[in-house]
Amino acid sequence: MAGLNDSNLQIAKTIKLYINGAFPRTESGRSFPLHKFNSKKIYANLCRASRKDLRNAVAAAKSAQSGWCNRSAYNRAQILYRMAEMTEGKRNEFVETFVQTLGYSPERANLEVDRAIDALVYYAGFADKYQQLIGAVNPVSGPHHNFTTPEPVGVVGLLCREEFDFSHMIAQIAAITCPGNSLVILLAEEGAAVLAPLAEVFATSDLPDGVINLLSGFTSELYEHMAGHMELDSICFDGKNEKIRARIKEEAIHNLKRAIVKPQPDFTLEHILAFVEYKTVWHPIGF
Amino acid sequence: MPNGITIQKHGGVSFPILTEPIDEVMVIERATSFTKRSIKKQSKLDALYKCIEMIDLTTLEGADTVGKVKQLCTKARFPVTSEFAEELARYKNFQPIPSVAAVCVYPSMVATAREALKGTKIRVASVATAFPAGQVPLKTRLKDVKDAVSAGADEIDMVINRGAFLAGDFQTVYDEIIQVKEVCGSAHLKVILETGELATFDNVRLASEIAMEAGGDFIKTSTGKVAPAATMPVTLVMLQAILDFYDRTGKIIGMKPAGGIRNAKQAVHYLCMVNEVMGSMWLTPELFRFGASSLLNDILKQIYKQFTGRYAYDKSFSLD
Repeated sequence: MAGLNDSNLQIAKTIKLYINGAFPRTESGRSFPLHKFNSKKIYANLCRASRKDLRNAVAAAKSAQSGWCNRSAYNRAQILYRMAEMTEGKRNEFVETFVQTLGYSPERANLEVDRAIDALVYYAGFADKYQQLIGAVNPVSGPHHNFTTPEPVGVVGLLCREEFDFSHMIAQIAAITCPGNSLVILLAEEGAAVLAPLAEVFATSDLPDGVINLLSGFTSELYEHMAGHMELDSICFDGKNEKIRARIKEEAIHNLKRAIVKPQPDFTLEHILAFVEYKTVWHPIGF
Repeated sequence: MPNGITIQKHGGVSFPILTEPIDEVMVIERATSFTKRSIKKQSKLDALYKCIEMIDLTTLEGADTVGKVKQLCTKARFPVTSEFAEELARYKNFQPIPSVAAVCVYPSMVATAREALKGTKIRVASVATAFPAGQVPLKTRLKDVKDAVSAGADEIDMVINRGAFLAGDFQTVYDEIIQVKEVCGSAHLKVILETGELATFDNVRLASEIAMEAGGDFIKTSTGKVAPAATMPVTLVMLQAILDFYDRTGKIIGMKPAGGIRNAKQAVHYLCMVNEVMGSMWLTPELFRFGASSLLNDILKQIYKQFTGRYAYDKSFSLD
């Protein structure tokens, strides 16, 4: 080991995908370069996920979903809160990524991390409350006790906006996972370097494997496969591209998946409600 | 590898079973090489259809019921629902999904399967000889086979006596297979080696030779109850044994890997291996079978993807 202490060798982190709690490279072996902000220097080479990576991620999310929604709401809240703690612990890494690849000032980068942490804590609080707030006992004519309760829609595909918006993305992730959905995310190309610290946050938050899966790649290549995937119960894209929105709605028809293509307001209960569906039960009672 | 093993045939003739020691590293290398073939588009579709025709759709659980076996037989006849078939029929070049080769059940369910498959070409296979352990007296094992055959089984999957084999008593292993074969009558006999318990490739090769010499029509890797079940290398060793036996005697023996083949990709790898090691002659349900249950649904998913371009979901298919 002699001599190592004097070494200034920088060990760069290989940024890989995050599927089923593991960090695989793309099965396709492809990559794309991510440049430093306003520079021709390469910050990192990222995995360019293929449709088979997407398929694997969906399979992982599918098998994780029932376990996740059957956790107690209180436990889901704890895990989301834990994510906030781990994001705080990785603050420097996030800030460095934003400064290097997106050209943020350190102040702005810190603000983004602050808002992301706020979002995680906010939605953590809702995990064991949204059902009481939105569930209802319905007046019906007849000898029935009739009530409606919201349940997670299932496996959700999230295509990030074209313009990278970290705190909004985290709010989406938290809003989707807090009621018990599992999630496959395709990160926006320009901010995809955030995959490394973000995946490490998920991997160290007691989040069950497969509940959140992160892919980096090209939206143009993968969005139709995601929208047409019969195993996804919902797909969310709130970017500006009209063509992508229209195609998503068309492809979503095949299995009647919920296509959420309008921006949802962050830090609201309505945001969560975009990713639930309602079950109404008619329970017979005596006269 | 114990060399110069001699087996005493009935009538006093003895024959030696000579096999070369097996190079474990190269077997694994070669088996892995068959997973590198790029099978796409129409070839992939053809391979997937072929795989369906080669499946022994299997249920071997303590919890098997008459209803479950009937359901499985329906699935064997019509692997997809009519809605699913109609959706795919809209695509060009769509061919109807074939039925599987056989349904494989416990002896007590043979009559049920026989009845449910009446009028079809699907064969009824039954495991017998106190499957999966085989640890009961020979008399009971033979009775087990007799009952399965008289209930209407076309094919019998027997287990070899691994206890005797591992103790070095190969003569007993051989004699027992001979007796089971006699009881089978016209039913095809598949001999399960349970390779997961045989420990070495040399043992697998030796057990294959004994099973073929004793008159097995098929040799089969595993019961599916012991891990590891079917693997590519172990299947390769057995295929090579079949090929050598064919060169030596002119007799054609079939092969059935079973257990652990769960997805279409693995199944296509097996077809590549059979084709390259044995030639296309063996690529027929008469000589090659997959023992599987969840494999069928995965193949159907891949077929759906090939036609529609969309990934299918589990709810399109039956659960078993």
